[in-house]
This record gives sequence, structure tokens and C-alpha cells, in this order.
Amino acid sequence: MTSGSPRGPRSRDDASIAIQAAGRPRSKKGGAAGLQAFFWRLPWLRPLLLLTPPLAWFVVVYFASLVVLLITAFWTTNPFTTQVVQYWNTDNFLRIVNEPTYHTIVGRTVFMAAAVTVTDAVLAFPFAYFMARVASRRVQTLLFAAVLLPLWASYLARVYAWILIFNHSGVLNWSLQLIGLPPANIGYTNIAMWIVFSYIWLPFMIIPTYAALERVPESLIEAAADLGARRWRTVRDVVLPLALPGVAAGSIFTFSLTLGDYITPILVGGAGSSLIGNVVYDNVGIANNIPFAAAMAMIPVGIMAIYLLVAQRLGAFEAL
Amino acid sequence: MEGRWTRLALRAWAALILLFLFTPIVLIFVYAFNTSNIQSWPIPGFTLKWFTSTWDDPDIRRALSLSLQVGLGATVLALVLGSCAAFAIHRMTWFGREFVSLMFVLPLALPGIVTGIALNAAFSFGGISLSTLTIVVGHTTFCIVVVYNNVLARLRRTQGSLVEAAMDLGANGFQVFRDITLPLISTAVVAGAMLAFALSFDEVIVTTFTAGAQNTLPLWIFGAIRLGQRLPEVNVVVSFVILVTIVPVILAARLTGGGGAARVPAAR
Repeated sequence: MTSGSPRGPRSRDDASIAIQAAGRPRSKKGGAAGLQAFFWRLPWLRPLLLLTPPLAWFVVVYFASLVVLLITAFWTTNPFTTQVVQYWNTDNFLRIVNEPTYHTIVGRTVFMAAAVTVTDAVLAFPFAYFMARVASRRVQTLLFAAVLLPLWASYLARVYAWILIFNHSGVLNWSLQLIGLPPANIGYTNIAMWIVFSYIWLPFMIIPTYAALERVPESLIEAAADLGARRWRTVRDVVLPLALPGVAAGSIFTFSLTLGDYITPILVGGAGSSLIGNVVYDNVGIANNIPFAAAMAMIPVGIMAIYLLVAQRLGAFEAL
Repeated sequence: MEGRWTRLALRAWAALILLFLFTPIVLIFVYAFNTSNIQSWPIPGFTLKWFTSTWDDPDIRRALSLSLQVGLGATVLALVLGSCAAFAIHRMTWFGREFVSLMFVLPLALPGIVTGIALNAAFSFGGISLSTLTIVVGHTTFCIVVVYNNVLARLRRTQGSLVEAAMDLGANGFQVFRDITLPLISTAVVAGAMLAFALSFDEVIVTTFTAGAQNTLPLWIFGAIRLGQRLPEVNVVVSFVILVTIVPVILAARLTGGGGAARVPAAR
């Protein structure tokens, strides 16, 4: 190997020797250069050292907790002391399977999550379409900010606002009276819950749908037009299939967030509005039966696992 | 390709959606000035009296102080852990990087109640009593991803040639970090930190399961709304929380050119 080929196979070793040579006199004074050379020789070490603390946090705090949750679901409590008894059994799951109350609650939760997801998709699509394909650049930026603000604005505040709106003498009935309609008392019902969920998660649907619509190439739409497709045909056969991964990505949030919520059912729902989250919440707080709450929490985990598999088939992960 | 009527219809739809999104938020601010302690519409008049009564309330002050402590604690921890992870993943090319990214998003992608009950079960299993520290642990877990996403996105956009140039000019690793890398990523780090704080300040689901007997501000609000008590003060507190959660988003969007706050649509 001639010394005139700087990119030759030995150049790495040459450089290493050069660095070692340069590093040697300095490393006597301070460890910094020596340390640097040390890291240079072991390029995998620095990322590994950096990744260890966050990885350890997740393994120790999060995954360990999920494992404990899974194990706890197979334990039970002493009915008198409410202490957790580490006795392996499947009673918690049998209770969920055998008691019709829980069937109703699981069914209601899934139905509500589906209804909210469909509602948000219908509300979001024309809006996202307007943002991506009709609005000017400036309006686009403004609308984007206008969707982000309610997304981040306090969750509780937004639920509370709807209590004020649905209130017997609130804005809703005031508006209805204004246009000569009878008052609607939908506060503390499943309909109120459906409206509030749809309101709260709407930005989660708009953003990925907009992102997907933005990426639809103009050339494809022109091609469809050149081939004689009418406007609606182009939307149906070109734009809609390409936007579907975005809608699927949004639906992960709307579905999952509804599935695990217990605040909205408590605050705006009525007597027959309990969701899976409420059963978990009540069993941790009032009944103090953590094993049963853990078993109940496995249901949204299972449903989400199936949902994520389907969403992945629709290409939702690329659109996240 | 859209005709005139289609454009008009889409414009009207967009206006209606904006009205739907913002009416409730604007309403909250109006109610905060309500002279009556009965929450009906239209409000009879404007007053500032509830602001003073809210500020003087010891329960609310205690809750605010706890929320600030938890928010700061979780933000600092998430800042360190999230930045570490972003730097590590940015340098890596191995197959595990997608897995690591997915792992960090998991606490936000799974329903919040799962994270909450899992932590609760683990603390109870480990004999750890619920305290301020357990709230911080819970919040940090879902805040890491905000910092991680922001810093990683910025690292991907910065050019490696700047770092190489600095090294060629004789800068050591620390100097490169201080003079090149840090100035380039600083706004993304700050944006990530602010979003993490906003996320923590408003969180209620995981907090319920990790707080024990203490009240953060959202827990106080939840309790008060649930019992239908102290609603005039609730109006004020809730307006304040909206501001605290919105202002960081506006600042973060300015610092990162709009992308920062959108990068975590899974924020709740």
C-alpha cells in the first residue's frame, strides 16, 4: 500500500495512529483528549452510554409496571382487608366473562370509540381537504395553528366548557330558544358524551389526514383528469385511497383515547354511561380491588393490539 | 380542480369546524368574569372578583404549587433522558432504532389509564407509597417522547459537515458540542421542554393513579367540577390552565418553525 492513497484500506489505522500520536503528549496534561481518542476507537460506546439511562428508565419504570399489571390481573384481594393476595387464579377474568354488566360496558365502550372515530373522520376530511388543497399558503399555516391550539389547550377545560354549554340554562338552550326551537336537555347522556369525545379528539384526526392529503401528488390528480375522470371520481378513486393511511393514523388516537377515558363519562355522562375506564377507576379508588382493575385494563390493551394490527395493514404507521 | 361551489362549500365547512373548535374555549374565558355564581348564559355582567378569591384560596395555591413542582421535575428529567435518547438514536444505524422510537411513544399510544393503573399496581407491589415523586415518575415517562421527537427531528436536519469542519479546525469533542451542536439544537430542546411542561401541567389520568391524597391543579379542577362546587373559581383556574398549556405551544411553534407542537399529535 502506497502512502499516496489517502482512502486506502489502511487509512483508518493511519488516522488512528496519528490521533494516538497527537493525543499522547496532551493526555499527560488532561484526560479530555485521551477520553476523546478512547471514544473514537470504540464508536459504539458513546451511543450506548447515551441510550442506557432512557432505556433503563423505560425498562425499570414502564415495562416492569406493565408486567406487574399483567401479573396482578391474575391475583386476588382479601375481601375483608382489601389487601392484595398473591394467589394465582383467573377469577378476575371469569368475572368479566360471566357478568353481563361488563359485556354491556365493553360493548358500549367499543361502540362509543367507533362512533367517535367515524364522526371525527367525517368532520375532519373536508376540513383537511380544504387546508391541503384549496387554502392559500398563509391560510394553511393559520388553520394549522388553529387546530393545534385546541389540541394542546387543557383537556379538562374543554370538557368543562361543554358542561356549561349543555347546562339547562346554557348556551345550547339559549341558542335554540333564539331560533324558536324547544330546549334540548342532552346534558348527562350518552349523546353528550359522544359530542364531547368527538370535540376533544377532532384535532387528532385533522392533523394526520391533512398531512396525508398534502402529500397527494398534483400530477396524479392531473393524470386522472387527463384520463377523463370527473371531479368526484378523482376524489373517490385517487385522493381518498391515498388519504386513507392518514385517516387510519388519526383513528388510532380517536379510538385509543376514547377507549381509555373515564373523565368525560364521569363529567358529562349519565347513569348509563360507564366505560371500561370507569370500571378501572372505581376499582382502584372506591373498591380498592387493584387485581380486578388490572384485569379490566387488559381489555383496552387487547383491543388496541388488534386495532393497531389492522391500522398497520392500512399503512397508518407510515402516516404517523 | 375544485369548482366554485365546491370551494365555497369547503370554505363554509372549514368555518363551521373552526367555530366548533373555538366556541367552547372562548366561552370559558367569558365565564371567568361572570358576576353571578350561577353558571347560566348569557352572563349578567362582568367582574374580576373571582380572580382575587381564587388567588386567596389555600387549596388552589397548594395544588398550583404541586403542579409547578411536578411539571418542573418531570420536564428536567424528560429533558435529560429524551435528549440522551435522541443523540444516541441519531448516531445509530442499527435495526433497533425503530423499536426504540416506538417504545418511547407507547405511553402516549396506549390509553392513559393503562399507564396509570400499571404504575399504580407497580408502586403498590413494590411497597412505594404515593407521593410527589411518584407523580413525577409517571409524568416523566410520557414526557420523554416530546423532547426526544423534537431534538431528534432537529438533529436530522442539521448538517454533519459543520461538526466535521469544527473538528478539522482542531476543536475537541466538548468544544464541538458547546460551540456547534448546542446552538444548533438549543431551540428544539427549549421547545421540547416547554411542550413537556404543558403536557405535565394538564395531565389528569396518570396523575389520578400516582398522586395519592395530594391534589395537582387538574385533580383539584376534576374534583370541583365533579361535585359541582366552587364553579366560579373553577372558571378562573381553568382559564389559567388553558393559557399555561397554550402559550408554550405558540412559543414552541415559533422556535421550531411550526413543526414542534405537531410532532406529537399523540400528546394526550
